[in-house]
Amino acid sequence: MWNRALAHWLAHYRRVWRGTIISGILQPLFFLLAMGMGLGTLVDAGTSGGIEGVDYLLFLAPGILAAQAMQTAVFESTFPVLGAIKWQRQYHAMLAAPLGIPDIVLGHLVFVMMRVAMTSTIFVTIATLFGAITSWWVLLALPVAVLTGLAFAAPVVAFAARQRNESGFNMLFRFIVLPMFLFSGTFFPVEQLPTALELIARITPLWHAVELCRGLALETMTLAGAAAHVAYLVVLAGIGIQLALMSVRKRLIL
Amino acid sequence: MVAQPDDPPLIAARGLTKHFGDFTAVDGIDVEVRRGEAFGFLGPNGAGKSSTMRMIGCVSPPSGGTLRVLGMDPITHGSQIRGRLGVVPQRDTLDEELTVRENILVYGRYFGLPRSVIRERATELLEFAQLSERADELVEPLSGGMKRRLTIARSLVNEPELLMLDEPTTGLDPQARHALWDRLFRLKRSGVTLVLTTHYMDEAEQLCDRLVVMDGGRIVAEGSPRQLISEHSTREVLELRLATDDHELYEAKVSDLATRVEVLPDRLLLYTDDGDAAAKIVHERGLAPLSTLVRRATLEDVFLHLTGRTLID
Repeated sequence: MWNRALAHWLAHYRRVWRGTIISGILQPLFFLLAMGMGLGTLVDAGTSGGIEGVDYLLFLAPGILAAQAMQTAVFESTFPVLGAIKWQRQYHAMLAAPLGIPDIVLGHLVFVMMRVAMTSTIFVTIATLFGAITSWWVLLALPVAVLTGLAFAAPVVAFAARQRNESGFNMLFRFIVLPMFLFSGTFFPVEQLPTALELIARITPLWHAVELCRGLALETMTLAGAAAHVAYLVVLAGIGIQLALMSVRKRLIL
Repeated sequence: MVAQPDDPPLIAARGLTKHFGDFTAVDGIDVEVRRGEAFGFLGPNGAGKSSTMRMIGCVSPPSGGTLRVLGMDPITHGSQIRGRLGVVPQRDTLDEELTVRENILVYGRYFGLPRSVIRERATELLEFAQLSERADELVEPLSGGMKRRLTIARSLVNEPELLMLDEPTTGLDPQARHALWDRLFRLKRSGVTLVLTTHYMDEAEQLCDRLVVMDGGRIVAEGSPRQLISEHSTREVLELRLATDDHELYEAKVSDLATRVEVLPDRLLLYTDDGDAAAKIVHERGLAPLSTLVRRATLEDVFLHLTGRTLID
Protein backbone atom coordinates (compact mmCIF):
# COMPACT_ATOMS: atom_id res chain seq x y z
CA MET A 1 0.00 0.00 0.00
CA TRP A 2 3.07 2.28 0.03
CA ASN A 3 2.19 3.36 -3.50
CA ARG A 4 -0.91 5.04 -2.06
CA ALA A 5 1.28 7.20 0.19
CA LEU A 6 3.51 7.89 -2.79
CA ALA A 7 0.43 9.03 -4.73
CA HIS A 8 -0.11 11.70 -2.11
CA TRP A 9 3.45 13.05 -2.31
CA LEU A 10 3.29 13.10 -6.12
CA ALA A 11 0.01 15.03 -6.02
CA HIS A 12 1.59 17.37 -3.48
CA TYR A 13 4.68 17.83 -5.63
CA ARG A 14 2.58 18.81 -8.63
CA ARG A 15 1.52 21.83 -6.55
CA VAL A 16 4.89 22.86 -5.15
CA TRP A 17 7.45 21.89 -7.80
CA ARG A 18 8.18 25.49 -8.83
CA GLY A 19 9.71 26.23 -5.46
CA THR A 20 12.08 23.29 -5.78
CA ILE A 21 13.60 24.43 -9.07
CA ILE A 22 15.99 26.98 -7.54
CA SER A 23 17.49 24.73 -4.90
CA GLY A 24 17.23 21.58 -6.96
CA ILE A 25 18.58 22.60 -10.31
CA LEU A 26 19.97 26.12 -10.36
CA GLN A 27 22.06 25.79 -7.20
CA PRO A 28 24.18 22.87 -8.43
CA LEU A 29 24.59 24.64 -11.76
CA PHE A 30 25.79 27.77 -9.98
CA PHE A 31 28.39 25.68 -8.17
CA LEU A 32 29.43 24.11 -11.45
CA LEU A 33 29.82 27.51 -13.10
CA ALA A 34 31.50 29.33 -10.21
CA MET A 35 33.81 26.56 -9.08
CA GLY A 36 34.23 24.60 -12.27
CA MET A 37 34.74 27.45 -14.70
CA GLY A 38 35.85 30.25 -12.40
CA LEU A 39 38.05 28.48 -9.89
CA GLY A 40 38.70 25.63 -12.33
CA THR A 41 40.58 27.89 -14.73
CA LEU A 42 43.07 28.67 -11.97
CA VAL A 43 43.38 25.03 -10.93
CA ASP A 44 43.96 23.85 -14.47
CA ALA A 45 46.58 26.59 -15.01
CA GLY A 46 48.46 25.45 -11.88
CA THR A 47 51.60 23.31 -11.84
CA SER A 48 49.77 20.00 -11.66
CA GLY A 49 47.38 20.90 -14.46
CA GLY A 50 43.92 20.14 -13.09
CA ILE A 51 43.53 17.54 -10.35
CA GLU A 52 45.64 14.43 -10.88
CA GLY A 53 45.73 15.36 -14.53
CA VAL A 54 41.98 15.76 -14.87
CA ASP A 55 40.33 19.05 -15.82
CA TYR A 56 38.81 20.57 -12.69
CA LEU A 57 35.37 20.82 -14.30
CA LEU A 58 35.39 17.08 -15.05
CA PHE A 59 36.61 16.36 -11.52
CA LEU A 60 33.96 18.56 -9.96
CA ALA A 61 30.78 17.58 -11.84
CA PRO A 62 30.35 14.05 -10.41
CA GLY A 63 31.13 15.43 -6.95
CA ILE A 64 28.30 17.92 -7.31
CA LEU A 65 26.05 15.13 -8.55
CA ALA A 66 26.60 13.16 -5.32
CA ALA A 67 26.38 16.23 -3.09
CA GLN A 68 23.17 17.32 -4.76
CA ALA A 69 21.68 13.87 -4.16
CA MET A 70 22.51 14.30 -0.48
CA GLN A 71 21.05 17.79 -0.28
CA THR A 72 17.86 16.96 -2.10
CA ALA A 73 17.34 13.87 0.04
CA VAL A 74 18.07 15.62 3.33
CA PHE A 75 15.82 18.55 2.50
CA GLU A 76 12.92 16.32 1.40
CA SER A 77 13.26 14.23 4.57
CA THR A 78 13.31 17.02 7.13
CA PHE A 79 10.61 19.70 6.86
CA PRO A 80 8.10 17.58 4.90
CA VAL A 81 8.39 14.73 7.42
CA LEU A 82 7.98 16.90 10.50
CA GLY A 83 5.18 18.75 8.68
CA ALA A 84 3.41 15.48 7.95
CA ILE A 85 3.63 14.66 11.65
CA LYS A 86 3.09 18.01 13.26
CA TRP A 87 1.91 20.84 11.02
CA GLN A 88 -0.21 19.61 8.14
CA ARG A 89 -0.34 16.12 9.65
CA GLN A 90 -0.68 14.19 6.40
CA TYR A 91 0.80 11.07 8.05
CA HIS A 92 -2.14 11.08 10.48
CA ALA A 93 -4.55 11.20 7.54
CA MET A 94 -2.82 8.17 6.00
CA LEU A 95 -2.94 6.36 9.31
CA ALA A 96 -6.70 6.96 9.56
CA ALA A 97 -6.97 5.02 6.30
CA PRO A 98 -5.77 1.42 5.90
CA LEU A 99 -2.11 2.46 5.48
CA GLY A 100 0.36 1.29 8.12
CA ILE A 101 3.64 2.77 9.32
CA PRO A 102 5.75 0.82 6.75
CA ASP A 103 3.51 2.09 3.93
CA ILE A 104 3.81 5.67 5.15
CA VAL A 105 7.61 5.55 5.53
CA LEU A 106 8.27 3.59 2.37
CA GLY A 107 5.93 5.73 0.27
CA HIS A 108 7.72 8.86 1.42
CA LEU A 109 11.19 7.39 0.86
CA VAL A 110 10.28 6.29 -2.66
CA PHE A 111 9.07 9.82 -3.35
CA VAL A 112 12.39 11.23 -2.10
CA MET A 113 14.24 8.78 -4.37
CA MET A 114 12.14 9.94 -7.31
CA ARG A 115 13.00 13.54 -6.50
CA VAL A 116 16.70 12.65 -6.37
CA ALA A 117 16.43 10.77 -9.65
CA MET A 118 14.77 13.79 -11.20
CA THR A 119 17.27 16.43 -10.05
CA SER A 120 20.18 14.11 -10.82
CA THR A 121 18.99 13.43 -14.35
CA ILE A 122 18.53 17.11 -15.04
CA PHE A 123 21.95 17.91 -13.60
CA VAL A 124 23.73 15.20 -15.58
CA THR A 125 22.03 16.33 -18.77
CA ILE A 126 23.02 19.94 -18.32
CA ALA A 127 26.52 19.11 -17.08
CA THR A 128 27.02 16.94 -20.17
CA LEU A 129 25.94 19.83 -22.40
CA PHE A 130 28.52 22.00 -20.58
CA GLY A 131 31.18 19.41 -21.32
CA ALA A 132 31.58 18.74 -17.61
CA ILE A 133 30.66 15.08 -18.04
CA THR A 134 32.00 13.12 -21.02
CA SER A 135 31.52 9.43 -20.29
CA TRP A 136 28.47 7.24 -20.85
CA TRP A 137 29.40 5.49 -17.61
CA VAL A 138 27.71 8.42 -15.89
CA LEU A 139 24.43 6.62 -16.60
CA LEU A 140 25.43 4.22 -13.84
CA ALA A 141 26.08 7.19 -11.57
CA LEU A 142 22.34 7.99 -11.70
CA PRO A 143 21.24 4.90 -9.74
CA VAL A 144 24.19 5.59 -7.44
CA ALA A 145 22.81 9.08 -6.81
CA VAL A 146 19.39 7.56 -6.02
CA LEU A 147 20.99 5.06 -3.62
CA THR A 148 22.88 7.97 -2.05
CA GLY A 149 19.58 9.78 -1.65
CA LEU A 150 18.06 6.80 0.13
CA ALA A 151 21.12 6.33 2.35
CA PHE A 152 20.72 9.92 3.53
CA ALA A 153 16.93 10.17 3.49
CA ALA A 154 16.22 7.12 5.65
CA PRO A 155 18.27 8.09 8.74
CA VAL A 156 17.20 11.72 8.33
CA VAL A 157 13.53 10.65 8.38
CA ALA A 158 14.33 8.87 11.64
CA PHE A 159 15.92 12.07 12.96
CA ALA A 160 13.11 14.32 11.72
CA ALA A 161 10.40 12.15 13.30
CA ARG A 162 12.01 12.74 16.70
CA GLN A 163 12.10 16.53 16.47
CA ARG A 164 9.77 18.78 18.46
CA ASN A 165 10.45 21.76 16.17
CA GLU A 166 12.60 22.71 13.21
CA SER A 167 15.60 23.99 15.20
CA GLY A 168 17.20 20.55 15.02
CA PHE A 169 17.20 20.83 11.24
CA ASN A 170 19.39 23.93 11.35
CA MET A 171 21.89 21.93 13.39
CA LEU A 172 21.71 19.09 10.91
CA PHE A 173 22.34 21.39 7.96
CA ARG A 174 25.07 23.43 9.67
CA PHE A 175 27.04 20.76 11.42
CA ILE A 176 26.49 17.64 9.32
CA VAL A 177 25.39 18.46 5.78
CA LEU A 178 27.50 21.56 5.14
CA PRO A 179 30.78 20.11 6.49
CA MET A 180 30.21 16.95 4.46
CA PHE A 181 29.48 19.03 1.39
CA LEU A 182 32.74 20.97 1.85
CA PHE A 183 35.14 18.29 3.12
CA SER A 184 34.05 14.93 1.69
CA GLY A 185 35.75 15.24 -1.65
CA THR A 186 33.16 17.22 -3.60
CA PHE A 187 35.55 20.08 -4.39
CA PHE A 188 39.01 18.57 -3.81
CA PRO A 189 40.53 15.17 -3.06
CA VAL A 190 40.32 14.35 0.64
CA GLU A 191 44.07 13.56 0.53
CA GLN A 192 44.55 17.32 0.72
CA LEU A 193 43.19 17.30 4.28
CA PRO A 194 45.30 16.73 7.40
CA THR A 195 45.44 12.98 8.06
CA ALA A 196 42.94 13.00 10.95
CA LEU A 197 40.38 14.93 8.94
CA GLU A 198 41.03 12.79 5.91
CA LEU A 199 40.17 9.68 7.92
CA ILE A 200 36.96 11.29 9.11
CA ALA A 201 36.11 12.35 5.56
CA ARG A 202 36.58 8.78 4.35
CA ILE A 203 34.00 7.39 6.74
CA THR A 204 31.30 9.90 5.76
CA PRO A 205 28.64 8.54 3.43
CA LEU A 206 29.06 11.45 1.06
CA TRP A 207 32.71 10.55 0.40
CA HIS A 208 31.67 7.06 -0.69
CA ALA A 209 28.99 8.54 -2.92
CA VAL A 210 31.37 11.09 -4.42
CA GLU A 211 34.05 8.45 -5.04
CA LEU A 212 31.52 6.22 -6.76
CA CYS A 213 30.07 8.93 -8.98
CA ARG A 214 33.50 10.30 -9.83
CA GLY A 215 34.99 6.88 -10.49
CA LEU A 216 32.17 6.15 -12.93
CA ALA A 217 32.19 9.54 -14.64
CA LEU A 218 35.97 9.51 -15.05
CA GLU A 219 36.07 5.79 -15.88
CA THR A 220 38.58 5.05 -13.12
CA MET A 221 36.39 2.89 -10.87
CA THR A 222 37.35 -0.70 -10.15
CA LEU A 223 34.71 -3.34 -9.56
CA ALA A 224 35.95 -4.09 -6.04
CA GLY A 225 36.04 -0.40 -5.17
CA ALA A 226 32.55 0.11 -6.49
CA ALA A 227 31.25 -2.90 -4.56
CA ALA A 228 32.70 -1.56 -1.29
CA HIS A 229 31.17 1.89 -1.76
CA VAL A 230 27.79 0.46 -2.77
CA ALA A 231 27.84 -1.91 0.19
CA TYR A 232 28.50 0.99 2.55
CA LEU A 233 25.56 2.97 1.16
CA VAL A 234 23.24 -0.06 1.14
CA VAL A 235 24.03 -0.84 4.78
CA LEU A 236 23.47 2.79 5.77
CA ALA A 237 20.15 2.81 3.89
CA GLY A 238 19.09 -0.46 5.53
CA ILE A 239 19.89 0.73 9.05
CA GLY A 240 18.28 4.08 8.25
CA ILE A 241 15.04 2.44 7.13
CA GLN A 242 14.82 0.43 10.35
CA LEU A 243 15.44 3.56 12.43
CA ALA A 244 12.91 5.53 10.36
CA LEU A 245 10.24 2.88 10.94
CA MET A 246 10.93 2.88 14.67
CA SER A 247 10.90 6.67 15.01
CA VAL A 248 7.78 7.26 12.95
CA ARG A 249 5.94 4.47 14.76
CA LYS A 250 6.96 5.86 18.14
CA ARG A 251 5.74 9.31 17.15
CA LEU A 252 2.42 8.38 15.55
CA ILE A 253 1.23 5.34 17.48
CA LEU A 254 0.63 6.58 21.00
CA MET B 1 -32.04 2.12 9.55
CA VAL B 2 -33.15 0.81 12.91
CA ALA B 3 -30.78 -1.25 15.00
CA GLN B 4 -31.90 -4.82 15.50
CA PRO B 5 -31.35 -6.16 18.99
CA ASP B 6 -29.46 -9.18 17.64
CA ASP B 7 -27.14 -7.07 15.48
CA PRO B 8 -23.58 -7.43 16.75
CA PRO B 9 -22.38 -4.11 18.17
CA LEU B 10 -20.11 -2.02 15.90
CA ILE B 11 -18.00 -1.17 18.92
CA ALA B 12 -17.70 -3.36 21.99
CA ALA B 13 -15.28 -2.41 24.76
CA ARG B 14 -14.88 -4.27 28.04
CA GLY B 15 -12.62 -2.88 30.74
CA LEU B 16 -10.85 -0.83 28.10
CA THR B 17 -7.77 0.82 29.57
CA LYS B 18 -5.05 3.12 28.31
CA HIS B 19 -1.92 4.06 30.25
CA PHE B 20 0.70 6.60 29.24
CA GLY B 21 3.55 5.79 31.59
CA ASP B 22 2.16 6.30 35.09
CA PHE B 23 -0.83 8.25 33.81
CA THR B 24 -4.09 6.39 33.27
CA ALA B 25 -5.98 8.13 30.49
CA VAL B 26 -8.76 5.55 30.20
CA ASP B 27 -9.56 3.53 33.26
CA GLY B 28 -11.50 0.40 32.42
CA ILE B 29 -14.55 1.55 30.48
CA ASP B 30 -17.35 -0.59 29.05
CA VAL B 31 -18.96 0.75 25.90
CA GLU B 32 -21.25 -0.70 23.28
CA VAL B 33 -22.31 1.11 20.13
CA ARG B 34 -24.93 -0.37 17.83
CA ARG B 35 -25.48 0.12 14.14
CA GLY B 36 -27.40 3.27 13.20
CA GLU B 37 -26.83 4.93 16.56
CA ALA B 38 -25.44 8.37 17.22
CA PHE B 39 -23.27 7.89 20.26
CA GLY B 40 -21.48 10.59 22.21
CA PHE B 41 -18.52 10.72 24.56
CA LEU B 42 -18.89 13.76 26.79
CA GLY B 43 -16.39 14.99 29.27
CA PRO B 44 -14.04 17.79 30.23
CA ASN B 45 -10.56 18.04 28.71
CA GLY B 46 -8.42 15.16 29.86
CA ALA B 47 -11.40 12.89 30.57
CA GLY B 48 -10.04 10.25 28.18
CA LYS B 49 -12.40 10.84 25.25
CA SER B 50 -9.75 11.30 22.58
CA SER B 51 -7.66 8.40 23.88
CA THR B 52 -10.75 6.21 23.61
CA MET B 53 -11.43 7.47 20.07
CA ARG B 54 -7.84 6.77 19.05
CA MET B 55 -8.06 3.22 20.37
CA ILE B 56 -11.28 2.65 18.44
CA GLY B 57 -9.63 4.24 15.39
CA CYS B 58 -6.86 1.61 15.66
CA VAL B 59 -4.02 4.11 16.00
CA SER B 60 -3.41 3.52 19.68
CA PRO B 61 -3.11 0.01 21.11
CA PRO B 62 -5.16 -0.54 24.29
CA SER B 63 -3.15 -1.15 27.47
CA GLY B 64 -5.81 -3.48 28.86
CA GLY B 65 -9.31 -4.85 28.45
CA THR B 66 -10.87 -6.01 25.22
CA LEU B 67 -11.96 -3.97 22.25
CA ARG B 68 -13.78 -5.11 19.15
CA VAL B 69 -14.58 -2.74 16.30
CA LEU B 70 -16.83 -4.04 13.50
CA GLY B 71 -16.34 -7.41 15.15
CA MET B 72 -12.55 -7.35 14.73
CA ASP B 73 -9.59 -6.81 17.02
CA PRO B 74 -7.86 -3.45 16.32
CA ILE B 75 -4.47 -4.93 17.20
CA THR B 76 -4.58 -7.68 14.60
CA HIS B 77 -6.97 -6.18 12.04
CA GLY B 78 -6.30 -2.45 12.32
CA SER B 79 -5.91 -1.91 8.61
CA GLN B 80 -9.12 -3.79 7.72
CA ILE B 81 -11.08 -1.91 10.36
CA ARG B 82 -9.74 1.47 9.27
CA GLY B 83 -10.78 0.69 5.73
CA ARG B 84 -14.41 0.73 6.90
CA LEU B 85 -14.17 3.68 9.29
CA GLY B 86 -14.47 7.39 8.62
CA VAL B 87 -12.31 9.49 10.90
CA VAL B 88 -12.66 13.20 11.64
CA PRO B 89 -9.75 13.90 13.97
CA GLN B 90 -9.71 16.68 16.52
CA ARG B 91 -7.13 18.61 14.52
CA ASP B 92 -7.48 18.73 10.75
CA THR B 93 -5.09 16.62 8.72
CA LEU B 94 -5.76 18.27 5.36
CA ASP B 95 -2.96 18.95 2.91
CA GLU B 96 -3.25 22.72 2.68
CA GLU B 97 -1.14 22.95 -0.44
CA LEU B 98 -3.60 20.82 -2.39
CA THR B 99 -6.98 21.95 -3.66
CA VAL B 100 -10.19 21.04 -1.92
CA ARG B 101 -10.98 18.39 -4.53
CA GLU B 102 -7.44 17.00 -4.59
CA ASN B 103 -7.63 16.38 -0.85
CA ILE B 104 -10.56 14.06 -1.41
CA LEU B 105 -9.03 12.43 -4.49
CA VAL B 106 -5.77 11.63 -2.69
CA TYR B 107 -7.57 10.45 0.44
CA GLY B 108 -9.73 8.14 -1.65
CA ARG B 109 -6.57 6.59 -3.08
CA TYR B 110 -5.49 5.65 0.46
CA PHE B 111 -8.47 3.29 0.51
CA GLY B 112 -7.48 1.74 -2.79
CA LEU B 113 -10.60 2.98 -4.57
CA PRO B 114 -10.53 3.27 -8.37
CA ARG B 115 -9.95 6.82 -9.62
CA SER B 116 -13.26 6.96 -11.49
CA VAL B 117 -15.18 6.05 -8.32
CA ILE B 118 -13.28 8.60 -6.25
CA ARG B 119 -13.87 11.34 -8.82
CA GLU B 120 -17.59 10.67 -8.82
CA ARG B 121 -17.82 10.55 -5.03
CA ALA B 122 -15.68 13.67 -4.67
CA THR B 123 -18.19 15.66 -6.68
CA GLU B 124 -21.08 14.35 -4.57
CA LEU B 125 -19.25 14.90 -1.29
CA LEU B 126 -18.28 18.46 -2.20
CA GLU B 127 -21.92 19.10 -2.95
CA PHE B 128 -22.87 17.58 0.40
CA ALA B 129 -20.29 19.71 2.23
CA GLN B 130 -21.40 22.85 0.34
CA LEU B 131 -17.90 23.26 -1.06
CA SER B 132 -18.58 22.74 -4.78
CA GLU B 133 -17.80 26.35 -5.57
CA ARG B 134 -14.43 26.13 -3.84
CA ALA B 135 -13.58 22.71 -5.28
CA ASP B 136 -10.55 23.81 -7.25
CA GLU B 137 -9.18 26.33 -4.80
CA LEU B 138 -6.34 25.64 -2.40
CA VAL B 139 -7.30 24.59 1.12
CA GLU B 140 -4.96 26.91 3.01
CA PRO B 141 -7.05 30.14 2.83
CA LEU B 142 -10.38 28.42 3.64
CA SER B 143 -12.18 29.29 6.89
CA GLY B 144 -12.11 26.91 9.84
CA GLY B 145 -15.70 25.87 9.19
CA MET B 146 -15.00 25.05 5.54
CA LYS B 147 -11.91 23.03 6.46
CA ARG B 148 -13.97 21.11 8.98
CA ARG B 149 -16.67 20.40 6.39
CA LEU B 150 -13.97 19.26 3.98
CA THR B 151 -12.52 16.95 6.63
CA ILE B 152 -15.95 15.43 7.13
CA ALA B 153 -16.58 15.14 3.38
CA ARG B 154 -13.20 13.50 2.95
CA SER B 155 -13.86 11.02 5.77
CA LEU B 156 -16.91 9.77 3.85
CA VAL B 157 -15.07 8.91 0.64
CA ASN B 158 -14.88 5.20 1.54
CA GLU B 159 -18.59 5.14 2.48
CA PRO B 160 -17.77 4.22 6.09
CA GLU B 161 -20.11 2.18 8.24
CA LEU B 162 -18.93 4.06 11.29
CA LEU B 163 -17.99 7.73 11.38
CA MET B 164 -15.77 8.83 14.27
CA LEU B 165 -15.81 12.55 15.02
CA ASP B 166 -13.45 13.94 17.64
CA GLU B 167 -14.74 17.36 18.70
CA PRO B 168 -16.13 18.13 15.25
CA THR B 169 -17.18 21.72 15.93
CA THR B 170 -14.67 22.97 18.51
CA GLY B 171 -13.44 26.44 17.61
CA LEU B 172 -16.11 27.18 15.01
CA ASP B 173 -18.45 30.16 14.98
CA PRO B 174 -22.17 29.52 15.56
CA GLN B 175 -23.07 29.62 11.86
CA ALA B 176 -20.40 27.09 10.99
CA ARG B 177 -21.43 24.85 13.88
CA HIS B 178 -25.05 24.82 12.79
CA ALA B 179 -24.05 24.12 9.18
CA LEU B 180 -22.00 21.16 10.40
CA TRP B 181 -24.74 19.85 12.65
CA ASP B 182 -27.09 19.96 9.70
CA ARG B 183 -24.68 17.80 7.66
CA LEU B 184 -24.19 15.35 10.53
CA PHE B 185 -27.91 15.10 11.05
CA ARG B 186 -28.37 14.16 7.40
CA LEU B 187 -25.70 11.49 7.72
CA LYS B 188 -27.36 10.08 10.78
CA ARG B 189 -30.69 9.96 8.96
CA SER B 190 -29.07 8.14 6.06
CA GLY B 191 -28.04 5.38 8.45
CA VAL B 192 -24.38 6.14 9.17
CA THR B 193 -23.41 5.24 12.72
CA LEU B 194 -21.90 8.30 14.39
CA VAL B 195 -19.55 8.30 17.34
CA LEU B 196 -18.51 11.72 18.51
CA THR B 197 -16.78 13.44 21.36
CA THR B 198 -17.76 16.89 22.43
CA HIS B 199 -17.79 19.22 25.34
CA TYR B 200 -20.68 21.18 23.91
CA MET B 201 -23.85 20.03 25.61
CA ASP B 202 -26.11 21.48 22.94
CA GLU B 203 -24.20 19.45 20.38
CA ALA B 204 -24.72 16.28 22.39
CA GLU B 205 -28.42 17.02 22.91
CA GLN B 206 -28.91 17.75 19.21
CA LEU B 207 -27.06 14.80 17.77
CA CYS B 208 -26.73 11.94 20.22
CA ASP B 209 -29.24 9.16 20.78
CA ARG B 210 -27.13 7.88 23.61
CA LEU B 211 -24.08 9.14 25.40
CA VAL B 212 -21.64 8.49 28.18
CA VAL B 213 -20.17 11.15 30.42
CA MET B 214 -16.48 10.54 31.09
CA ASP B 215 -14.42 12.04 33.87
CA GLY B 216 -10.91 11.09 34.89
CA GLY B 217 -10.83 8.17 32.49
CA ARG B 218 -14.02 6.60 33.82
CA ILE B 219 -17.62 6.56 32.68
CA VAL B 220 -19.65 8.39 35.30
CA ALA B 221 -23.06 8.29 33.61
CA GLU B 222 -24.70 6.71 30.60
CA GLY B 223 -28.01 7.05 28.80
CA SER B 224 -30.01 9.21 26.40
CA PRO B 225 -29.83 12.97 26.98
CA ARG B 226 -33.37 12.84 28.43
CA GLN B 227 -32.53 9.91 30.72
CA LEU B 228 -29.41 11.60 31.99
CA ILE B 229 -31.31 14.75 32.84
CA SER B 230 -34.04 12.87 34.66
CA GLU B 231 -31.57 10.66 36.53
CA HIS B 232 -28.99 13.24 37.50
CA SER B 233 -30.96 16.43 37.70
CA THR B 234 -34.36 17.77 38.62
CA ARG B 235 -36.81 18.79 35.94
CA GLU B 236 -36.26 22.50 36.45
CA VAL B 237 -33.67 24.91 37.77
CA LEU B 238 -34.43 28.14 39.59
CA GLU B 239 -31.68 30.73 39.24
CA LEU B 240 -31.71 33.34 42.01
CA ARG B 241 -29.71 36.55 41.99
CA LEU B 242 -29.66 38.27 45.35
CA ALA B 243 -28.45 41.69 46.50
CA THR B 244 -25.31 40.37 48.14
CA ASP B 245 -21.64 39.87 47.41
CA ASP B 246 -21.71 36.45 48.98
CA HIS B 247 -24.50 34.18 47.84
CA GLU B 248 -23.24 31.47 50.18
CA LEU B 249 -24.85 33.33 53.12
CA TYR B 250 -28.26 32.56 51.65
CA GLU B 251 -27.72 28.88 50.93
CA ALA B 252 -29.19 27.73 54.25
CA LYS B 253 -32.26 29.93 53.79
CA VAL B 254 -33.34 28.16 50.62
CA SER B 255 -31.83 24.69 50.96
CA ASP B 256 -35.16 23.17 52.02
CA LEU B 257 -36.78 24.36 48.74
CA ALA B 258 -34.66 22.25 46.43
CA THR B 259 -33.18 18.78 46.13
CA ARG B 260 -29.82 20.46 45.64
CA VAL B 261 -28.53 24.01 45.83
CA GLU B 262 -25.46 25.18 44.02
CA VAL B 263 -23.70 28.41 45.01
CA LEU B 264 -22.12 30.44 42.23
CA PRO B 265 -20.39 33.80 42.67
CA ASP B 266 -23.33 35.72 41.20
CA ARG B 267 -26.31 33.47 41.85
CA LEU B 268 -27.81 30.43 43.50
CA LEU B 269 -29.04 27.47 41.48
CA LEU B 270 -31.95 25.62 43.04
CA TYR B 271 -32.56 22.20 41.50
CA THR B 272 -36.26 21.52 41.87
CA ASP B 273 -39.09 19.92 39.93
CA ASP B 274 -41.27 23.01 40.32
CA GLY B 275 -39.24 26.18 39.90
CA ASP B 276 -42.21 28.56 40.02
CA ALA B 277 -43.41 27.19 43.35
CA ALA B 278 -39.92 27.53 44.83
CA ALA B 279 -39.63 31.08 43.49
CA LYS B 280 -42.94 31.96 45.15
CA ILE B 281 -41.74 30.74 48.54
CA VAL B 282 -38.47 32.67 48.12
CA HIS B 283 -40.50 35.84 47.68
CA GLU B 284 -42.76 34.96 50.64
CA ARG B 285 -39.67 34.58 52.82
CA GLY B 286 -38.80 38.17 52.01
CA LEU B 287 -35.45 37.36 50.41
CA ALA B 288 -36.19 39.92 47.67
CA PRO B 289 -34.08 38.50 44.86
CA LEU B 290 -32.87 40.93 42.16
CA SER B 291 -34.00 38.43 39.60
CA THR B 292 -35.42 34.94 39.35
CA LEU B 293 -35.25 32.66 36.34
CA VAL B 294 -36.96 29.33 36.02
CA ARG B 295 -35.63 27.11 33.25
CA ARG B 296 -35.65 23.46 32.26
CA ALA B 297 -32.66 21.47 33.40
CA THR B 298 -30.20 20.83 30.56
CA LEU B 299 -27.49 18.35 29.87
CA GLU B 300 -25.09 21.09 30.89
CA ASP B 301 -26.46 20.97 34.45
CA VAL B 302 -25.95 17.21 34.49
CA PHE B 303 -22.48 17.57 33.06
CA LEU B 304 -21.35 20.19 35.56
CA HIS B 305 -22.90 18.22 38.40
CA LEU B 306 -21.12 15.03 37.39
CA THR B 307 -17.74 16.44 36.39
CA GLY B 308 -17.58 19.47 38.67
CA ARG B 309 -17.07 23.13 37.95
CA THR B 310 -13.33 23.10 38.53
CA LEU B 311 -11.44 24.20 35.45
CA ILE B 312 -9.37 21.45 33.91
CA ASP B 313 -6.61 22.39 31.49
